[in-house]
Amino acid sequence: MFLKTLPLVFVLAGLVLYTVLAGADFGAGMWRLLAGGGERGDRIRDHAHHSMGPVWEANHVWLIFVITVAWTAYPVFVGSVASTLAVPFVIAALGIIVRGASYALRSAASSSREFRMVDGSFAVASLVTPFALGTMAGAIAAERVPVGNAAGGMFSSWTGAVPILIGVLAVAFSAYLAAVYLAADAARHGDPELAEAYRVRALSAGTAAGALAIVGLIVVRADAHSLYTGLVHGAALAVLIVSLLAGAAALGLVATRRFEPARYVAALAVAAVVAGWAFARYPVLLPGLTVGQAAAPHDTLVAVVIAVLAGGAILFPSLALLFGLLLRGRLGESATAAPDTAPATASPAPTPPRGRPPRSTSLRTRVAVALLIAGVGFLNAADAGWAHLIGVFSLFGFMVIGFAAIVPRALAEDSDQLTPPASGLR
Amino acid sequence: MNVLAAALSPVHQQYLLQARQMQALSFAVHIPLVCFGIAFPVMVLFAEWMGMRTGDPVYRTVARRWSRIVLALFAVGVITGTILSFEMAGLWPNFTATFGSVFGLGFAIEGFSFFLEAIFVGIYAYGWDRLSPRLHFLSGIPIVITGFTGSLNVIAVNAWMNHPGGFALAGGKVVHVRPWAALFGNSMLWSELVHMYIAGYMVTGFCMAGVYAVSWLRGRWTRYERVAMTIPLTIGCLAAPVQALVGDWIARVIAVQQPIKLAAIEGLTRTTRGASEHVLGWYTNGQIKFGIGIPHLLSLLAFHRWDAKVIGLDSVPAADRPPINVTRLSFQTMVGIGTLLALLGVIYLFVRLRHRSLPTWRWFYWALVVSGPAATVALIAGWVTAEVGRQPWVVYRVMTTAQAVTGAGGIPVGYAALVVTYIGVAGALVWILRRLSRAPLDVPGADAPPDSELQPA
Repeated sequence: MFLKTLPLVFVLAGLVLYTVLAGADFGAGMWRLLAGGGERGDRIRDHAHHSMGPVWEANHVWLIFVITVAWTAYPVFVGSVASTLAVPFVIAALGIIVRGASYALRSAASSSREFRMVDGSFAVASLVTPFALGTMAGAIAAERVPVGNAAGGMFSSWTGAVPILIGVLAVAFSAYLAAVYLAADAARHGDPELAEAYRVRALSAGTAAGALAIVGLIVVRADAHSLYTGLVHGAALAVLIVSLLAGAAALGLVATRRFEPARYVAALAVAAVVAGWAFARYPVLLPGLTVGQAAAPHDTLVAVVIAVLAGGAILFPSLALLFGLLLRGRLGESATAAPDTAPATASPAPTPPRGRPPRSTSLRTRVAVALLIAGVGFLNAADAGWAHLIGVFSLFGFMVIGFAAIVPRALAEDSDQLTPPASGLR
Repeated sequence: MNVLAAALSPVHQQYLLQARQMQALSFAVHIPLVCFGIAFPVMVLFAEWMGMRTGDPVYRTVARRWSRIVLALFAVGVITGTILSFEMAGLWPNFTATFGSVFGLGFAIEGFSFFLEAIFVGIYAYGWDRLSPRLHFLSGIPIVITGFTGSLNVIAVNAWMNHPGGFALAGGKVVHVRPWAALFGNSMLWSELVHMYIAGYMVTGFCMAGVYAVSWLRGRWTRYERVAMTIPLTIGCLAAPVQALVGDWIARVIAVQQPIKLAAIEGLTRTTRGASEHVLGWYTNGQIKFGIGIPHLLSLLAFHRWDAKVIGLDSVPAADRPPINVTRLSFQTMVGIGTLLALLGVIYLFVRLRHRSLPTWRWFYWALVVSGPAATVALIAGWVTAEVGRQPWVVYRVMTTAQAVTGAGGIPVGYAALVVTYIGVAGALVWILRRLSRAPLDVPGADAPPDSELQPA
């Protein structure tokens, strides 16, 4: 059972990270809608854009991690969910496309009209996507997704009180987290005015999210009683209390302008809600489908665990590097727009012309041709597997050595073709 | 033949064709971006490395501008890739529910690759100003590695769909799953991987060369453009002839592993000894009309024997045959374009080695302008050949697409929404790339005038 549950722990951990990291990116998008006008509004919008610059792709990939591990380890669960909840799934997908495209567009926008259009579509997509994903989580939690190929209602499965509530809650959490992180970033960059603007936003969004969570419990009790029973017992209850305390503490920290710790405590509050949901439902994934029943065969689970642990061993140091560089201000265009500080030792002039091209070039050409001939022989004339292997490597060798024979000399020699070819001007 | 009772019971879906087209559209949008993910970081790093080695600032400018393209294309690729993962589960829930435990591992590893790629693309593209040159260069290397491992794993899944193994079926459930063997112990993986990998270098090389060919045709030809053209052009021109050789290899693998796909590609109705190859033409009523037949060539190409037996379409029931003309036409498109690109490559290599300069013919640069889009068309045509040629199967001879498809309604609505959205994204992407290409060069010495300072060799 441990092995069958372990991938679920990975999935939930990925979900928590997606919520607290990518959720904040969605929230940052929403705040662009409410930035207000004038120069101050522009600054609020720009700050929301630049803070997420280098990290949003990485944050977004947590969703792909969640989906791929889930469908490997619990294939029937994913098949049932994705087919019944096709509508919010498609809405989330379209939201993700529009958001990503508007993000990329913003880097090329120049006039304020272009910025407004881009920010508007970005904000709407940032609102719609977490809402749609939230309704999916709510539909699963409220047992509205039966096992089977599109066995549940196309609309009724995700438009009940609980799914809609979780959708709205996802939006509120995202906005709250974003405001806290952006306030912390602004304070770090020494911009108290901007930090204050986001502090006000964090306080209002945090209060709204907290109130919504409490109202939510009442809705859950009325609409999904078994989920409610799960939530107010045992580990789930303990985790919910942690969430409540962390939420209150985070608000207090924001109110007293201690943004840096608030960042982590707020994330903890949101993460605890996801954990509470998991504890409340375990071991049931869908009505009539437990974790044990949904789990893939033994060897697959072992393979997934190995892949995730090995991948994590590379991933987390890399993530630490990314966030470390980001928080230390090592990423991003330099403010002074200093022209490239090419290596200090570099001379501005290109390599001195070398006179005759190096003799090795003709040798390289001959080796490349020999490898090409070998490649044709082993890959195309021969039929054995080992011969094909040699053939493929010969052809790769041909390309690499051919490149080495041509390009460095070409780059050096072409400097003498100073004028554009006559035909080019015709 | 059809022994499968899937994990979720199959549902009749009247819009199966639309579901397939929706999936195909999403692949067609994503795959060119994958090519840039595979090949472009290598070119960017080479330019940066040349800059570090020679101290010539032009190389750094080239690398820096290219890294912005890497970032923009990666951002779009993240999205189109997400859509694909959504569709794998959402459009084909039975495929995922039944075989997720067999092929899913490949996507899980690919997910990690994607993740690391996202991290290091972020560091590389945003780290030009404040990281030391050496550290910055090193931060680009993981992008190259993860671009490879990511595509390796996705192709491993596709190769498994074409040549499934590593599991057994008992009562509709997969048992005895050996996921590593299923993905990486597959004899069809390697030819497919090499074919796609080289395609990545061709698409990227010719697309980028085409951009600077436009500059040449407009008479804007500074050292910056020469450097920026020589690197991708040489790579594309080396890859194109090699691709022709690799194509022969993969065709011979198909002949053994998926004879019906080969029969569809060739429009071969009856199992034949000494089969002819038909170039061009249209398949109708069991034969090729208006095609040019070359006797014995198909047997010779596929099995290296004059009188080898080639399996025909009639060896399987009509319901188990793929659409012939789509498969055939896309194959011929791929081979036709590939041959022309290989020819272009050989011409360039010859001129480059013989005369030590770029060709000076105007038509050559026009050909380069066309070559990028043409290579992309060939890429997509190749994937159409592979995927449509596998029909009606999603997992070859195990599960059909009709069994895999979702029972959800509204597929045409989702399809239409996706088409509209992607048209919008395509327009946006063109607009971004045009904006980026017009941005002023950010390093003094790379723009037009400094050329006059250079001394002839």
